[in-house]
Amino acid sequence: MSASTLFKNGWRAALLPVALVVIAQVAATVTQLESDSLASPLDIARAFVSVMADGSLLRATLDTLKAAAIGCVVGVGAGSLLGIVLGLFRIADDALDLTIELLRPIPVVALIPVVMMLLGFGAKMEIVIISLGLLWPSVVLARVAVKEVEPRLMEVSNMLQLGFTDRLVKIVLPAVLPQLFMSLKLAAGYALVVAVTVEITANPLGLGYGIMMAQQALRPAEMFAYLIWIGAIGWLIGVLLNMAQRGFFPAFVKGERR
Amino acid sequence: MPVTQLSTRLPHGAAGSAPAASQPRIRIRDVTLSYGPLQIIGGVSLDIVPGETICIIGPSGCGKTTLLRMLAGLAQPTSGSVELDGAVIGGPNRSVAIVFQDYGKALLPWRTAAGNVSLALEARACPRAERPAIIRELLEKIGLGRHTEKYPAEMSGGMQQRLQIARCLAQEPKVLLMDEPFGALDAMTRQALQDEVLGLVATTGATMVFVTHDLEEAIYLGDRIVCLQPNPGRVGRIVDVRLARPRDQLLTREDPEFLRLRRELYDLIKDDHQ
Repeated sequence: MSASTLFKNGWRAALLPVALVVIAQVAATVTQLESDSLASPLDIARAFVSVMADGSLLRATLDTLKAAAIGCVVGVGAGSLLGIVLGLFRIADDALDLTIELLRPIPVVALIPVVMMLLGFGAKMEIVIISLGLLWPSVVLARVAVKEVEPRLMEVSNMLQLGFTDRLVKIVLPAVLPQLFMSLKLAAGYALVVAVTVEITANPLGLGYGIMMAQQALRPAEMFAYLIWIGAIGWLIGVLLNMAQRGFFPAFVKGERR
Repeated sequence: MPVTQLSTRLPHGAAGSAPAASQPRIRIRDVTLSYGPLQIIGGVSLDIVPGETICIIGPSGCGKTTLLRMLAGLAQPTSGSVELDGAVIGGPNRSVAIVFQDYGKALLPWRTAAGNVSLALEARACPRAERPAIIRELLEKIGLGRHTEKYPAEMSGGMQQRLQIARCLAQEPKVLLMDEPFGALDAMTRQALQDEVLGLVATTGATMVFVTHDLEEAIYLGDRIVCLQPNPGRVGRIVDVRLARPRDQLLTREDPEFLRLRRELYDLIKDDHQ
């Protein structure tokens, strides 16, 4: 959904969330909610304002986004590079295929203890896990993209006797760029998921840690404030990347590639 | 070298006194091509002199395109040899250009018309400063002068095929190979492009090998017409076309000789289809 249609049809899309919030508030008021696990929308809003005011939410957001962004760039970058090499060179593909297929099914969450043992706590450990989580999907997507480059274009570059660098820079990379961006878009959402997971399970920083702390301190309003904020961040990233994709690769988005 | 300097043109057909004509531009010697047990081409021999336009016709599956791909160096014969100016063609060579039928797939969709032509100039290391003038001249010559900044997706089929031809000419090829280039275009566009290609070939002096399934197109364009027969592909007949040049869409096609050739070729091809 682009920004303009969002504003035009926003009221229809907003109907359900607004109704749910109102119902929750009414229910909380009527039952005079006093709970260690639930909170009324008003309490959540109050908690949100307070974590926003003391800067803890913004600091946590920055920590999480930084780790997700760096992990995303490193993971998708390295993965796409490897994928392009595998797509271009049959020998490399044959040599590495089994290794990749063995490593790929390992859930990224299972790497948390391993990487933690090697690197300890901190942003570096989180970035490494996110990168590893994004590496294999990026390899696979880039490899497919390179193999699907129009064979006729490869014949054209043969006829023009283009060298390897020219072929890569002038034919292959521009041809796979839309798919690589698609890959980055999918990865961004996944990076946020992995980042928060690492923070909840191990790393004492970021939004995931914030939500954990709120839960352990029995502050449900703050916990929900974090939760809703994470949802909003993820949604915003998706919207921004969709807009960027529309701007850079209009034909690809329309589904009528080339 | 700018395209304009390539304006000396050898006469069509065998140019008796010219020394270049003593050696054929292309010599196909006993060429066969098999994929496993399946023989696609079975013993084709043909000499093509510089500046000549050869049209290859024949029923589908007779190896027209395969033969053309061997001339382009995109396929290698199983036995026999294909020579360009006396040297065996071992692979693609910039002095041989090929225009594919599927222009939509052969153009870079992310480059403008000018950018697509530029690719061929970049490939032959033409200095950056000289490129814009050459590109403009080529695109103007092929009728795309007002569309240099358009992307292929914004062009009609005829314009896209013109663009592919312009890119091939930017290679400054000695040999221009055409693989049913106008098969997907409407009749009016096809006739306009036939005349433009004849004009361009005449000014550049390029040798052209033109594969088509359209008998009239073959007669209209060619100095000689090679009729291939299928299973495996081999030369059935070679027909000389003695029609005056420059040719004219109405006058040439009404010439009694044109009609006689059309009948002759039709009978030849018809036998292969039975």
